[in-house]
Amino acid sequence: MTESVRTPSGLLLPRYERPLGVHPELLSPEYRSTVLRAPSKPLVLLPHNLTEITGPLLGSDRISETDNDLTRQHDGEPVGQRIIVHGRVLDSDGRPVPDTLLEIWQANASGRYKHVVDDWPGPLDPNFTGVGRTVTDSLGRYRFTTVRPGAYPWKNHHNAWRPAHIHFSLFGRAFTQRLVTQMYFPDDPLHQYDPMLITVRDEKARNRLISRFDMETTEPEWALAYEFDIVLRGSDATPMEDPHDDDDE
Amino acid sequence: MTTTSERLGLTPSQTVGPYLSIGLTWEDGPYVVPEDTPGSILVTGRVYDGQGQLVTDGLVETWQADPDGRFAHADDPRGAVESQLPGFRGFGRCNTDADGSFRIVTVKPGPLPTPDGDTEAPHLNVSVFARGLLDRVVTRLYFPDEAEANAADPVLNAVDPDRRATLIAEATPDGYHLEIRLQGENETVFFDV
Ligand SMILES: [Fe+3]
Repeated sequence: MTESVRTPSGLLLPRYERPLGVHPELLSPEYRSTVLRAPSKPLVLLPHNLTEITGPLLGSDRISETDNDLTRQHDGEPVGQRIIVHGRVLDSDGRPVPDTLLEIWQANASGRYKHVVDDWPGPLDPNFTGVGRTVTDSLGRYRFTTVRPGAYPWKNHHNAWRPAHIHFSLFGRAFTQRLVTQMYFPDDPLHQYDPMLITVRDEKARNRLISRFDMETTEPEWALAYEFDIVLRGSDATPMEDPHDDDDE
Repeated sequence: MTTTSERLGLTPSQTVGPYLSIGLTWEDGPYVVPEDTPGSILVTGRVYDGQGQLVTDGLVETWQADPDGRFAHADDPRGAVESQLPGFRGFGRCNTDADGSFRIVTVKPGPLPTPDGDTEAPHLNVSVFARGLLDRVVTRLYFPDEAEANAADPVLNAVDPDRRATLIAEATPDGYHLEIRLQGENETVFFDV
C-alpha cells in the first residue's frame, strides 16, 4: 500500500542524490587556477527544499534553427573533421531527462577559440564560432553536428596542452541537477597529461567524460560520430508515483 | 512496471574554463523579469579570489521563487503556478565583467515553506562558475530588510553565526549588492547542494 510519509508541514519533496567521490575536489593544485579560487572552508549542507528541487525549465524558445549544427552558422563551411556528437541525458535512476536545454562551446579545428583572450598562433576560422544549443527530445536525446576541435596549449605548466574537448552545460529540471562539464574524445594521447581531466580521481568516473566512437551513427561520405551520454543526479520518486506494493513493513 | 535498481554513475563536473563567455552569454541573461517590471530591483555583486583580486572571467546564475513564493514547476507539491508577474523567469545569468561585477534585474521573492514546518526567508540561490572552479560553487543571497524572517530561516541558522553576514546583501539606492569572496578573509559561505 502507499506508504504515508508525513512531514510536519505536509510538504513532500523529492530528495536528490548527493554525489560522493564523483566531482573533482575544488582544490586540486595541479590545476593551478584552483589554488586561489577554491573555497577554503568546508561547505555547509543545503537541504533540498523548494528552491533546490525546482529549476529553470528552459526550452525550445531559446533555440534557433542552426543552433545544433555548428557547421551551418556562417556563409561557408568550417575547416576540419565533420562530426556528429549525440547521446542521451539521463538521471542516475536511468530516467531520461526530456526537454532540457544543452549548451556547448568549443575551439575550432586548429584548437583556437573565438575569444579575445585566446591569442595562441592557431588560425581562427571565419566560418566557425563554436557555440551550439539544443533541447533534449522526449527520450532525453540530443544531437549536434560540428567539427572536431583541436588540442590547444595553455599556461598551467611548461608545455601544457588541453586534449580535444567540447564544453557542455546542462540544467536538468532542478537546481540540484545543474551541471557544467567537458566531453573528451577516445584514444587521445593527451588525457593522462591533462590536469583538468585527472582531477576526477576515480577512473570509472573519469572515463564517463570520454565519448565513444559510434560507427553506427557515422554518415557515409559526410561525418564521423561520437556518442556521449550525460547522467545527472537522480531523486527518489515523488510519493504520488510510488506505491510500494511489495514493500510493506 | 519494475525498473532495475542499478544506478547509473554520474557525469563528473569540469570547469567552465576561461572561454565560458562564448557559450554561456545571453543578451537577456540578467533579466529575471522584464526591465520595466514595476517594483523591479537591481541586484549587483562582485566576485573576488583568495588574494582579493576581482574575478573577471566568471559567470553568476540566480534562481528564485516569485514574489508570492511560487514556482511554475511541476515538482513543487503545492502545484506549478505561473507567476502573476508577466515575463517572470526566475532565472538570471550574468558574466562578471572587467571589474568583477555582475548585475541581475529581478524582484524580491516571497518566503517559502519547508517540509519541516519552518519558513525560509526570501532568498536567491546563487551559483558561481569560473576558470579555476572545477564545480560551480553555490551560495545564497538574503535581504538586509528581512531581519525577522532571516532570524527564523533554517538555512541561515545552520551557518556559523560569525559567517552569516556573508550571505546578506547590502541595500543600495536601486536594490541590493552582494560581495562574493571565494576564499580567504570573510570567505563567503558556500553550500553543499
Ligand atoms: Fe576549453
